[in-house]
Amino acid sequence: MMDLIIQGLILIGLLLSAGMIWYFRDLLSAAISFGVFSFLLSLEFLILQAPDVAIAEAAIGAGLTTAIFILAIRATEKDPEADAE
Amino acid sequence: MDAEIIIFICIAIGLLACTLGVAGILRFPDVYTRLHAETKLTTFGSIFLCLGIIAYVLSQYLAGGDAQYIVLGLHTLLALIALAFTNAIGAHAISRAAYRAGIKPEGVVDRLSEVEQK
Amino acid sequence: MIDPWQTALSVLFILILLVMIRLFKGPTAPDRVVALDAINTFTVCAILIFGVAFQETVYVDVAIVYAVLSFVGTLYLAKLVGRDI
Repeated sequence: MMDLIIQGLILIGLLLSAGMIWYFRDLLSAAISFGVFSFLLSLEFLILQAPDVAIAEAAIGAGLTTAIFILAIRATEKDPEADAE
Repeated sequence: MDAEIIIFICIAIGLLACTLGVAGILRFPDVYTRLHAETKLTTFGSIFLCLGIIAYVLSQYLAGGDAQYIVLGLHTLLALIALAFTNAIGAHAISRAAYRAGIKPEGVVDRLSEVEQK
Repeated sequence: MIDPWQTALSVLFILILLVMIRLFKGPTAPDRVVALDAINTFTVCAILIFGVAFQETVYVDVAIVYAVLSFVGTLYLAKLVGRDI
């Protein structure tokens, strides 16, 4: 019973953060939301008892992808219509 | 039985501190006050959660467990040290970046701008 | 007799869902970085509690890797927000 509650909470968080990535017009906010998504995905892998996949997700999702996204966002210009978000 | 009481008290203190930190994030008006509440209270809460884990591991080991419990406790201590250091340095970096990005604190004395004008 | 670890996990995930409100609302980018930092800390605590609840030492190693790598991500985000790179 308790396992189902924990897994349900993680899945709700995954859906919410994925919706935020889709909703935000600002690229930096979307990158931060993607960081939250990869954290929660790694927790889900841990619950499903796959620690090696979780450690790969931590290395790639938390460290590498955020850094590469930020290096890419640095080369763009800010959208004037995205100031509301 | 005594060890269980210690574990429950440590976990309760840790969860209470984490809850207060989240309330600070949701309620405070400014970036700097939010950062203050978040960093201090979540670090305090994680320290007490890890103390609860270490108390559980020690009680299991003293009750006749094998050496795997000691390894678990030592790794928890290492993770706790890494967490405490990285939280403090990350909070400093975030507040410095927010000041560089042009967000001024509300309603307090801003000594740094006075120093930088000279 | 309730299990303390699963109760602590449920409370931590509810706290993660509450911090995501600030991630959604936050008016500026540093607010979202603060929310990401809080979610980092809660995730590392949750992985440590998973390791004790399942009696696995490998999960605690995942937590150590996670704490260090999320720090790298936070520093990259702070560098971009502060216009240092």
